[in-house]
Amino acid sequence: MLMKIFFKLKNLKYLFLVFISACIENAPLDSLSPEGPYARSIDELFWLTFWIAVIIFVLVQGALLVSVLLFRDKPNKPEPKQVHGNTKLEIIWTVIPVLILAFIAVPTVRTIFDLAREPEDALKIEVIGHQWWFEYKYPDYGITTANVLVIPSDRPVRLEMWSNDVLHNYWVPKLNGKRYLVPGQKTYLNLHADNPDEFWAQCGEYCGLSHSKMRGRVISLSENDFNLWINNEQQNALKLEDGSLAAEGQSVFLNAGCTQCHVINGVWDTQGDRIAPNLTHFAARTVFAGAALENNKENLTNWLANPAKIKPGTFMPNLELTEAEINALIAYLGTLK
Amino acid sequence: MTKILEPKKQNSIFRRPSSETGIWSWITTVDHKKIGIMYGYAAFFFLLIGGLEALVLRIQLSQPDNNFLSAAEYNAMFTMHGTTMIFLAIMPISAAFFNYLLPLQIGARDVAFPRLNALSFWIFIFGGIFLYSTFIFGTAGAPEGGYLDEEVSWLGSAPNGGWFGYQPNAGLKYSPGTAMDFWALGLQILGIASLISAFNFITTIINMRTKGMRFMRMPVFTWMTFAVSFLLAFSLPIIAIALFYVTFDRNFGTSFFLVEGGGDPVLWQHLFWLFGHPEVYILILPAFGIVSEVLPTFSRKPLFGYAAIVFAGFGIAFIGFGVWAHHMFASSISTVAQAGFGLSTMVIAVPTGVKIFNWLGTIWGGKLKLNTPMLFSLGFIGMFVIGGLSGVTHSIVPADTQQTDTYYIVAHFHYVLFGGAMFGIFSGLYYWFPKVWGKMYNETLGKIHFWLMLIGFNLTFGPMHWLGLQGQVRRTWVYAKETNLQFWNVIVTIGAFIIALSIVVFMINWIFSKRNGEKAPFDPWDARTIEWSIPSPTPVWNFSTAPNVKSLDDFWHSKYDEDEEGRAVRKPTADQLLIDLEEDGLNPKEEIILPNPSYFPIVLASGLPLLGYAVIFKSIALAVVGVILILSGSFGWGTEPLEEGH
Repeated sequence: MLMKIFFKLKNLKYLFLVFISACIENAPLDSLSPEGPYARSIDELFWLTFWIAVIIFVLVQGALLVSVLLFRDKPNKPEPKQVHGNTKLEIIWTVIPVLILAFIAVPTVRTIFDLAREPEDALKIEVIGHQWWFEYKYPDYGITTANVLVIPSDRPVRLEMWSNDVLHNYWVPKLNGKRYLVPGQKTYLNLHADNPDEFWAQCGEYCGLSHSKMRGRVISLSENDFNLWINNEQQNALKLEDGSLAAEGQSVFLNAGCTQCHVINGVWDTQGDRIAPNLTHFAARTVFAGAALENNKENLTNWLANPAKIKPGTFMPNLELTEAEINALIAYLGTLK
Repeated sequence: MTKILEPKKQNSIFRRPSSETGIWSWITTVDHKKIGIMYGYAAFFFLLIGGLEALVLRIQLSQPDNNFLSAAEYNAMFTMHGTTMIFLAIMPISAAFFNYLLPLQIGARDVAFPRLNALSFWIFIFGGIFLYSTFIFGTAGAPEGGYLDEEVSWLGSAPNGGWFGYQPNAGLKYSPGTAMDFWALGLQILGIASLISAFNFITTIINMRTKGMRFMRMPVFTWMTFAVSFLLAFSLPIIAIALFYVTFDRNFGTSFFLVEGGGDPVLWQHLFWLFGHPEVYILILPAFGIVSEVLPTFSRKPLFGYAAIVFAGFGIAFIGFGVWAHHMFASSISTVAQAGFGLSTMVIAVPTGVKIFNWLGTIWGGKLKLNTPMLFSLGFIGMFVIGGLSGVTHSIVPADTQQTDTYYIVAHFHYVLFGGAMFGIFSGLYYWFPKVWGKMYNETLGKIHFWLMLIGFNLTFGPMHWLGLQGQVRRTWVYAKETNLQFWNVIVTIGAFIIALSIVVFMINWIFSKRNGEKAPFDPWDARTIEWSIPSPTPVWNFSTAPNVKSLDDFWHSKYDEDEEGRAVRKPTADQLLIDLEEDGLNPKEEIILPNPSYFPIVLASGLPLLGYAVIFKSIALAVVGVILILSGSFGWGTEPLEEGH
């Protein structure tokens, strides 16, 4: 019997090691490796609860295992005492959980309100959910961009969010918890990264066919780099007039139908919003197509040839572009730094 | 010679059906046992389908960026997996237990309204068929203005908005086609079935208890049936209204949930979870009841803290109506609501804990016989505790905003609904197998089933905890290779196939034992409750004479006394008592009048899916036929004669 217990304990330890090793592999969406104050306050709360849960887990499973080992039916075992209950025990195991929960409730409620409070020096950014990409607007700077959210690392940002179609759920696991984007309502989320770095984002709420490919990147920059980025983003694109491949691509952009949905400031401006990402600084973004694809020539070729194959349900039509047109377009997009 | 009354022959066109064997005896039956068995088989059939859907999902997720399924197919499969398991598998399996056992446990001859009972079964069957006919008649596609690279296959032409059907995604604009209408109308029909049986069981428990069966002498399973029936009665009307809103939004141009018409998508979430959270308890409380029967029997001790367990069950049911917004912590609710619902969610952990501690108190100091039902009940405690503890982490609102919509949640509720509800259900299936079939199941195969399922279950749902915490979102058709989630997804898929294997073992055991199993002894488990004081398989009249109950666990106390130390001592008369009970149970001394079978429940029920098709195909003709069937079923029902003879 002792061997049996020993065997089980060893297994537990092994499982625990496996668990730990599961947690340290490099996962870009890991909510257990916070890299900002908001995510960290959540993380502390989680681990507090986790260890309390582990203690209860060990006690209850231990009691279960011990009961099975000790009280198993054996030959000649006498009939058990017919115990019907014990009021004192009932009170104890009602009150103790209440106390434990009250103990966790205090920091929980405090953190709820801390996380929701608007930071004083926050940069305001608007996040608009679309099927299946996130659009970002910087009202203080007149910037509209997509897929990659650029934030300063020296101060918090306050996201003001809504959806253009269905429910979405904005999640940057290393920086904060999730928040829904709701059509017709505004929701808020604070982000703050400790250091300049790149983070992954993902839409959490099921939002239709390509929900799993509604991703994002968050790049935090030092104050200086952030200001440089702002200056660059505020520039319009130049209209190409030479006979280069990129200029050919520009004419494809203007004539093949792209302008129905996309805007390039300085080349094709329109009043009001368009339903697709603003491409003025496309080449400055590391990812595209709802951050489902790295921004490189191969991916762009596949995407432009048949967008619905990569993102089922997408609103970008297959424009039946020729190979030459695609190459020209890619060359042109490459100039939009 | 038995003396069941032969129905008097009548010449009216409304003669009651009289088949006692063959297919017509099943179609027209109002016997709670036959209805229970049919519920069980139908639910198990849907459980298999839901399981196959899960396997298909797991194959898709075993590799990053896999394309085993298209996005449309994947979304349809996870929607149907959830909808099937909840509404077509676990709920009706619970209904099977309620139907078969409830009258036996309270010493009744049948439920209060036998024909209504048949009606709810047939509505459930037609509702299930209606929902699944989406694979033939349903259509689905890209949102208005979106493009698809390939036509949606038959596999993808099923509801695809999730079992939770969040608006506006599940609305017409973003989920065009008829598939989501099949979902909304199918759930509507299934809801009617559950509502009818809820009122039937409430009435039965209040009115049909045998002499001496006071409330505080009822078995815990009966108590939990009582609690579930109230949960159904109060929560189903909410979802019924919400589903009507959806159906009208999709088909008749209203905009209850559409912003462009002044509606509110978050309202749907409130309505859905106001039903959806009590629904969780509707799924788990029957298992609580089963486990509360099995543990004392196989520990040879009374249930520890009977009153505490009963009141905790009702406490859970009551508080269960006040925690719905914990499904919406990341949604558009205020911080005050977050705090409030976080606290109420913590509160519900307390009665749940009370139950677990009392179950441990029951086995502590007992004499545990580790037969298959007991193994599943012990497994239930172990697995349910894990689900309960991960549930507490959801009440920590900030932590929940990291966990919600990830596989951590998938892990949590499968530990509750599979490790909890399904383990409890399997425990009950083995425990009452001898009662229903009069034969014993194969113990070795039963134990193989248990261990395979325990291992497969933990391999499948254990890793989902850290997969979720490390960023795997729910309802994700693909995940990027860079997320490094592949390894554990492979393990999960392997686990899922081990579960499937364990189900095969279960089916072999069931089929083999039902045909060739050993004849069950009169009281195979030395049980405590009065359903074991009658022969197995249960005679058609249940109790030959109405039992007179003198205490909680009456059957046990008729066999055992307690000595000075409080240990159980078998009465010298016990063996003779069992022989007498068997003899009496098989040979009633007086005439027994059983409810007559009826054609009309199935006629009435068959009209409902036609009304559903009428909405979907915008066909007045179908509506007229449906209404005629319902009216003629009701008319026949109201006017058919009682053939009591004399």
